[in-house]
Amino acid sequence: MVMARPLELQYSEPSTLKEAFSILAKVEGAKILAGGTDVIVSMREGKIAPAHIVNIKRISGLDKIGPSTGGGLRIGALATIGAVETSALVRNAFPMVAEAAHQIGSLPVRNRATVGGNLCNSSPSADMAPPLIALGAVAKIAGPKGRRSVNLEEFFTGPGKTVLSKVEILTEIHIPDPPRNSFGAFLKHGPRQCMDIATVNAAVMVTLKGKVCENARVVLGAVAPVPMRAKRAEAEIRGKPIEDEIIRKVGEIAAKECVPISDVRGSADYRREVVNVLVRRLFGKALGAKLAK
Amino acid sequence: MKFRVNDEWRELDASPTKSLLDVLRDDLFLTGTKRGCDSGECGACTVIMNGKAVNACLVLATELDGSEITTIEGLGRSVDKLHPLQKAFIEKGAVQCGFCTPGIIMTAKAFLDMNPKPTEEEVRDAISGNLCRCTGYSKIVNAILAGAEEVGRLKH
Repeated sequence: MVMARPLELQYSEPSTLKEAFSILAKVEGAKILAGGTDVIVSMREGKIAPAHIVNIKRISGLDKIGPSTGGGLRIGALATIGAVETSALVRNAFPMVAEAAHQIGSLPVRNRATVGGNLCNSSPSADMAPPLIALGAVAKIAGPKGRRSVNLEEFFTGPGKTVLSKVEILTEIHIPDPPRNSFGAFLKHGPRQCMDIATVNAAVMVTLKGKVCENARVVLGAVAPVPMRAKRAEAEIRGKPIEDEIIRKVGEIAAKECVPISDVRGSADYRREVVNVLVRRLFGKALGAKLAK
Repeated sequence: MKFRVNDEWRELDASPTKSLLDVLRDDLFLTGTKRGCDSGECGACTVIMNGKAVNACLVLATELDGSEITTIEGLGRSVDKLHPLQKAFIEKGAVQCGFCTPGIIMTAKAFLDMNPKPTEEEVRDAISGNLCRCTGYSKIVNAILAGAEEVGRLKH
C-alpha cells in the first residue's frame, strides 16, 4: 500500500492509559489508532499523514460492555461495533443502539471498527451518535490530569473535531437508565441498504405519561456540521398527546430546523424532506419499541 | 513479531506502513487473498483473524503480534480436501471470474461459525461487504446456504 507519510512513521502500542498519555504528550503529529477503519483509509488516501501511530487496542479493559454501578449501561470505547450489535445487554435494553451498529459498514468492518472510533472520528453522519445522544449518553474521557465527563451531545465541535485535547482519550460511553415509560427508535436513509454512509440518520426517545408526551429527544445526523438535537421540534410535542397531526408538525419543524449541505449523497432540500419523513416514521416506530430498564 | 498463519508460526519485522494484506501477499506469497479497493469497501481481502472476518487491508502489520490468521489457503489444504463451502461454490456455479471468491468464502466461513443455520436474508446481509463485479449474487447465496447445510450435516 502507498501511504503519504513522513520519512519515518513511528508506531507505539501502549498497554496502559498512563503510558498512552505520556506518548501523546511527548510526540508531535500523533494519531490514535483504534479499529483503523477510518484512520488507515485516511492515511492511504493521503488525507492525513501522522508522524506517529498510537495503537490503543492493547490497553485492557476499554472494550467492556456491561451494567454500570448506579444504573445504566457502559460501553467501552474499544468495544467493536460488531460487539455492540450482538450484545444481548444492548439489544435488550437499547435495541435502537444495536440497530444503528448493525447498519455501519460490513461484517468485517464491524469486527474492527470501534464505538469510540465512530464517535471520535466526528463525522456528521456517524451512525452511533443519534441513538446515543437521544438516550442522553455521556462520554467518559481520561487524560493525564484526570477524568471528566461530557454529555455526548456536546462532544462534537465540528466535522472531524471533538472536545478531546491532544492528550485525552475517550474511554467509555455511559447510557443512563431511561425514564419510566420511554420509547426509542433509530432510522438511517441512504441509497443502499447496507455498507453506506447515511444521507440522513435520526433517532428519537419519547417518554410518555398516559397518552401525553412528557418529553421527547429528536436527534438528526448528516444534516448539520455535527449531530444535532432538533430542540424546536422537541418543544412542539412536549406536553401534548401523540397524534398524527402533531407528529406531522414535528417532522416539518425538524426539517426547517436542520442545516444540511448539498453533496454527492443528496441536496440540502432533499435532506430536509428526508428529515421530515424520518422523524414522522421514528415516532411510529418508537411507540412500538419500549425501552427496558 | 510472531503470529500464526494457517496453523503455522511466522516471524517477521513489521512496519506500520504495511498492512496484513501486504504481509500475506508480498512477504508470505499467500496470493489467494486478493487486493481489490485497499480501503475496506470491496471485501476481496477478507481473512479470519482470531475467529473473526476482517479486511486484511485495514489491519496494520504491526498489530499482528500473537494473532491467529486463516486465509483461503488454510481452508481447503488440497483439491481433494476442500471445505464444504468451497465444494458448494463449485457445485452451484458460484464462481465466475473468481476474484471475489476467496473473500466471500472467508466471510461466509466466519459468519457460519457464528450462525450455522442462517436464512437467505441473513446470508445476503452478511456478504453485503463483499462486492462481485460479475454480479452473480444469487448463485453465491445459494452456495453459502448449501455449504451451511453440508457443514451442519458433517457435524452430526
